[in-house]
Amino acid sequence: MDDDFKQIFEFKHRVLLVPSVFFAQFKDSIQRNTICQIIGELGFTEVCAVEQSVDTLLNEINDYLETAQKPVISSFCPAVIRLIQVRFPSLVDNIMKLLPPIEITAQYYKKRFEKEGIAESEYGIFYLTPCIAKIAAVKSPVGGYTSPITGVINMDFFFNKVYLAYKQRLPITKSIIINGELSSKGVLFPTTGQESAHVKGRTLAIDGMKNVIDFLEMLENEEIDNVDFLEIRACDESCAGGILSHRNRFLTAESMKNFAKTVPDTHNLIEDYKRSCSAVVHMDKIEPRSMVKYDRDIEVAIKKMESARRLKKILPGIDCGACGAPSCEALAEDIVRDQAQINSCIFLRTIFEKRGEISLEDTIKIMESIWGEERFDKNEKE
Amino acid sequence: MRFEYKVEGGDFTQAGYAASQVKKSLKQLGVDSSVIKRVVVALYEAEVNIVAHAYRGVIYADIESSGIKLKLVDEGPGIPDITRAMTKGFSTASPAVREMGFGAGMGLPNISENADSLLIETEVGKGTTLNIEIRF
Repeated sequence: MDDDFKQIFEFKHRVLLVPSVFFAQFKDSIQRNTICQIIGELGFTEVCAVEQSVDTLLNEINDYLETAQKPVISSFCPAVIRLIQVRFPSLVDNIMKLLPPIEITAQYYKKRFEKEGIAESEYGIFYLTPCIAKIAAVKSPVGGYTSPITGVINMDFFFNKVYLAYKQRLPITKSIIINGELSSKGVLFPTTGQESAHVKGRTLAIDGMKNVIDFLEMLENEEIDNVDFLEIRACDESCAGGILSHRNRFLTAESMKNFAKTVPDTHNLIEDYKRSCSAVVHMDKIEPRSMVKYDRDIEVAIKKMESARRLKKILPGIDCGACGAPSCEALAEDIVRDQAQINSCIFLRTIFEKRGEISLEDTIKIMESIWGEERFDKNEKE
Repeated sequence: MRFEYKVEGGDFTQAGYAASQVKKSLKQLGVDSSVIKRVVVALYEAEVNIVAHAYRGVIYADIESSGIKLKLVDEGPGIPDITRAMTKGFSTASPAVREMGFGAGMGLPNISENADSLLIETEVGKGTTLNIEIRF
């Protein structure tokens, strides 16, 4: 995954928005201040806490809930928004039309630069992301919104840089402005249950992809009612379990909780945030994104689905994955869509070989076309 | 294309299985999401009716390009008074069933509201057959 670290030196003012998950990648004994100094040494002129905007956002969420269609689904997790667009299109209208904390915080710093009369070409606002979905959210946001964020830096890549500097005791020669204002609510917001905890009414917090899908299925079937607000996060343990977070998710979440105990439940910039930025933006309707599985023509689609059902009965049904598809059902679907062949199945291939319908050379060629040449030779030598 | 699902009376843990499977297929076929919602709500209610009131049943779902036909055949007590059963809030569900959150007396009216056509054949002491049609 490409990222934007190289770009930062194009700007005189280089701001890094750091999520609380990042500090929790380190042991509790490593001071936040030390980490920030290293970030300055690596090239940034300013660091800011992403979750600074959480306190004002929570007020806006509670206002929003008063008139919104229930249940309101949080707009925090971009993976969940996209999942709903593709797989649960009938729920798109329940997605909260408020910006997530990262966008509000970015707005705040953009406005501050504007107020100081600094030209747009002079400053770059970069986001250190714990998650790949957030990269897509910044680069191609939903609802016709344009993000003020200049670029995105992957957290795993940046962690290595910072930790290496820490281990090698890189001398600190540059100074950095630290905008560390953060409340305990803000620190904990990216962890499971700490968004819904501050929302009025009946709320639920759901994390982990399988749980999310199961729950959204039920919601779509109208099996769940009288819920006001849903905090839904794709990753187990929410952002502490983000894909670019390298540390064990439970230890990461624990570090965030430990840190939250050391900060007050409010901070100095809250009033300033209230005055200068808002989660409420004009957003276009969030559109469903349909996925065409078989064909746009339903007649053709039904025929293909029937073929896939017949094929599934022929396949062994043990979901071994040797064909490259995750399950026999998925292989059957791939075959009718001309994206795989029945010979891809190692069990059927063996039967065809026994019957003399396919040569040993060809079965090996098929295996190599799926998994790569020489891949299994190497294992033999080892 | 025909799908067939067996339903056991009293097995609430499995209630909704047929509705989920049909929903999955309709999504894969690209059927409009508002239509899918009506199918799922109607089928789910009808499926729960079998679980809550009958001994056992079979659900047949026939999907064609013009729409879906659902046929739910159960062996059960039958419905003595269909007019009352179609009244919102009327329920013969046992207290045990109500405790599980079912039996609010919305089943048949809800099915009727979501279906383009609903035909009920019932014989007291033998069972009930529901024919539900929803057009795409």
